[in-house]
Amino acid sequence: MWGSRPPRFLFWVFLYLLVLLGAIIMVFPFVWMFLTSFKPLSEIYTLNWWPRNPTLANYYAVLQTYPFGRWFLNSVVVAIITTISMVLLSSVTGYALAKLDFPGKRIVFVGILATMFIPTELLVIPWYSMSVQWNWVDTYWGILFPGLIHAFGVFLMRQFFFSVPNDLLDAGRVDGLSEFGVFWKVALPLMKPALGALAILNFVGNWNAFLWPLIVTSRRDLLTLPVGLAMFSGEAGVQWNLITAGATLTVLPTIIVFLVFQRAILESVTTSGLKG
Amino acid sequence: MLSKLGVKILGLCFVLTLVGLSLAAEPVTIVYWQYEYATKVKAIDELIKRFEAENPDIKVIQETFPYEAFAEKVAAAVPAGVGPHVVTLYYGWLPAWQRAGYLQPLPEEWFPAQEIESEFAPLVQAAKMNGQYWGLPTGVRTLALFYNIDLFEQNGIAKPPETWDELIDIAKKLTIWQDGTLVRAGFGMAPDGQDHHLVREVLIRQFGGTPYSEDYHQVLYNTPEGVRALKFYTDLALVHKIGEPDFPFPGVSGYYREGFNAGLIAMIVDGSFAIGTIKNGAKFRWGVAELPRLTPDGERHNFASFWMHALTPRAQGAELEAACKFIKFITSPEAMELWLQMVGELPARLSLLSRPELLNDPIYGPFLRALPYSHATFFVDEARQRQIMIDAILRVIRAGVSPEASLATAAAEEQAVLDAFWGKR
Amino acid sequence: MPSGVSDRGKGGRGLTSPPFMLTLSRRRALWAYAFIFLPLLLFAFFRVYPLFQAFHLAFIRWHADPGQRTFVGLDNFRRLFGDPRFLQALRNMGLYMVLAVPGQVILGLALALVLNALPRGRGFFRAIYFLPYITPAVAISWAWSFMLSPHLGVVNRVLRWIGLPAQPFLTSPAQALPTVAAIVVWQYIGFHIVLFLAALANIPKELYEAARIDGASAWASFRYVTLPLINPTLVLSVVMATGSPTIGILQLFTQVLNLRFYDPGGPLGSTATVVIYMYQVGFKRFELGYASAIAVLLFIIIAVITLIQYKLTARRID
Repeated sequence: MWGSRPPRFLFWVFLYLLVLLGAIIMVFPFVWMFLTSFKPLSEIYTLNWWPRNPTLANYYAVLQTYPFGRWFLNSVVVAIITTISMVLLSSVTGYALAKLDFPGKRIVFVGILATMFIPTELLVIPWYSMSVQWNWVDTYWGILFPGLIHAFGVFLMRQFFFSVPNDLLDAGRVDGLSEFGVFWKVALPLMKPALGALAILNFVGNWNAFLWPLIVTSRRDLLTLPVGLAMFSGEAGVQWNLITAGATLTVLPTIIVFLVFQRAILESVTTSGLKG
Repeated sequence: MLSKLGVKILGLCFVLTLVGLSLAAEPVTIVYWQYEYATKVKAIDELIKRFEAENPDIKVIQETFPYEAFAEKVAAAVPAGVGPHVVTLYYGWLPAWQRAGYLQPLPEEWFPAQEIESEFAPLVQAAKMNGQYWGLPTGVRTLALFYNIDLFEQNGIAKPPETWDELIDIAKKLTIWQDGTLVRAGFGMAPDGQDHHLVREVLIRQFGGTPYSEDYHQVLYNTPEGVRALKFYTDLALVHKIGEPDFPFPGVSGYYREGFNAGLIAMIVDGSFAIGTIKNGAKFRWGVAELPRLTPDGERHNFASFWMHALTPRAQGAELEAACKFIKFITSPEAMELWLQMVGELPARLSLLSRPELLNDPIYGPFLRALPYSHATFFVDEARQRQIMIDAILRVIRAGVSPEASLATAAAEEQAVLDAFWGKR
Repeated sequence: MPSGVSDRGKGGRGLTSPPFMLTLSRRRALWAYAFIFLPLLLFAFFRVYPLFQAFHLAFIRWHADPGQRTFVGLDNFRRLFGDPRFLQALRNMGLYMVLAVPGQVILGLALALVLNALPRGRGFFRAIYFLPYITPAVAISWAWSFMLSPHLGVVNRVLRWIGLPAQPFLTSPAQALPTVAAIVVWQYIGFHIVLFLAALANIPKELYEAARIDGASAWASFRYVTLPLINPTLVLSVVMATGSPTIGILQLFTQVLNLRFYDPGGPLGSTATVVIYMYQVGFKRFELGYASAIAVLLFIIIAVITLIQYKLTARRID
């Protein structure tokens, strides 16, 4: 895709350097966070990069004082369930909006899109009333119900479904597939990159959700990771050594999950696109 | 020999007794909310244990939340009809919470105003609105000067400053600048910490001005005296360069205190609530002194504040009674003694405040001695009024605005806030 | 066998049968409704209904006891238009938009193109660039706040080491907003890279071959092959970067709150956003009616801006 001249070697070096520089900027705060999590409190404000007396005490403190394992589990459960729901419901809806015609399609799309512009902070109050009324407070369902579907997912899948050629769908219909069959067997398999992207983006968005899980849970063992992380701070002060340890514990699993996940889904993308 | 009637009556009595016993055995449960603060949580746990021992028919459940999220939890819970029966709030939030219907006043029968006024420190009157008391504190706090004794001695400074000029001189000796970077500050400046109180209630008064009218309806600090007070504070950074806001790092909880604990700041103005953190964090010898004044025999002023225990509308009937009992218990003299030991906040009762061993204590003494000359600002919108004063200071230090102009802007904005509030009522 | 039962299937109806004809389009429409039934139900129940509840609050003065809530008409809105802090937040939103949306979209696309072209290490770099996105904004904001502190922060150390003067960053009313915008771009650029990589993967290689054979330059093939085909993703990226609750700059909240917690929106309100203000009004001052009015205005603003963006960028692909 680079035109008629093959690019020179220098060009590639330059490109890799650029990418590397960008990567360093991306990673820099994590490295700092990671290194700082091993510093004892006395070293937090010194300007040295590497800890002089590295210690695991911060991690011990974090893991002993707070039920980090439980919080991790809660975050995982909620994120996985909402992601599965989001991916399924978004693709179904996005497909209908992109590839099927029905009266009211415009209104439905605009309506769904409009729900995206409401700040979550405001929905929190009605959601809480709802949760109290139906006894969803301090339950997994209470944490995850707002995340079951989101306009973002519908929007994303709709946009990606536009790229599926109608001929392919018609071919499926001619072959005797029901509409659902066309969707499931013809259109959806082509959406692997989009599905992967949606799954990852949604998983992460859910993983980091703060305000709603905070409001709907009171029980210490039901908190999700970000809410638990906020516990480290209080009127007394910010304990950087604990925070960086806690933050590292929060990030590492997601990094690992992501690395595994991305190979499985995104790498299966064939760059040859749609075969005839 | 029992007649049939007699048997029936006996049986009835037996059943009634059983019913009565079971009813009596059914404990009333009330929920108490406060924010996460290790020592306060432990103290309440201990108080609950003692309370439940004295009142076996009442069960108290304590729930705590991170400070940042505390108001949000209350905001969501109370209108939903759940949440606490008793809640602890910063006294400055009272007007906002009360107006929005999140609190109910303390019943007069349980908490007669006369009793409160004769037994508690006068600043508790900031918990009074519309002639009723809406909450009571266990502990109160004032401000004082924390200083790093080791740093003082290393630099030949014998004792903490008595006047502001002395403070500036000491701070200049202890401040270190390197290539335009502040490495150590002589004085910790934190407008978004306690310093906005320092300017409002201490400096303005010491320079001869008054922040508000008696009834807190009028802003009165926009005078030459007020300007001098503001200029004095901002000059610490701009002229004397003994410190700077956002040092050692900006905007995170208690950053100036962390700086002090790390030995990067030699002196800070902080509340007695900081004693625990400093005790645990500072690895050097530190001391506490009363806030400096303008001249060696000038006026002393201080700012006092408190967190108070209040009732939400959820407390009704049997729960209301239980809640009132609980509040009475945790504001009793015994509770305040325990609170002082475990949390370090000064007792709110006059009887406990005049004890000589407290008055002469090297750490608590300066805070305690400040109570008689402390003022507790009656905030109608604490968040906003706090922001107005912070901005007044930062406009001068960060945006090059003159103290006159900055104070005038602040006064106008704050007067509008007061007018909007008092006008509504 | 009952005589009245017809054993003709749906497809067996003749053209003259009354009254409802299941034409192809009608059948498809029914399928569509079946597809969207459950999602719409969830939307209606969990988003639309609470939305109306929240909007209704904009016209009342809030009180914890529903019986004491009074209707005040447009009062809350009138107050808003005279509220200097709200107006400042609005101005800031404009600035944020100008900085952060092109920043994310253009930079994201550029990086995705570069990564896509790499013969090796694409997956590795994609993971690296995605890293900031998967971190809790709360924790990473605290980290940035510390690293950017003028005196003790690492960033200024590096600057001085290169020979550049130290900067006040988040402590300066002039620099704070661009700094926050840069942090937001840093955090969310991975999102856009992932989106664009997925879109680029969908473009058939044959099209590029064809362009190359026709003698098109790199730029031309980008402009005439890549750009039109990733247009739907471009639209998505722009819209998400602007108005979405997760990464939209118009709904910026978490970073601003945590970068300067005890003076959120500061210094001097220079980084204040509408959602921050709404949060303070609603959750700290308990004025949920006023806060809802802010939400209504924000909603309208986002909807209008998104509509404009959509009209400007979306092209139908044929």
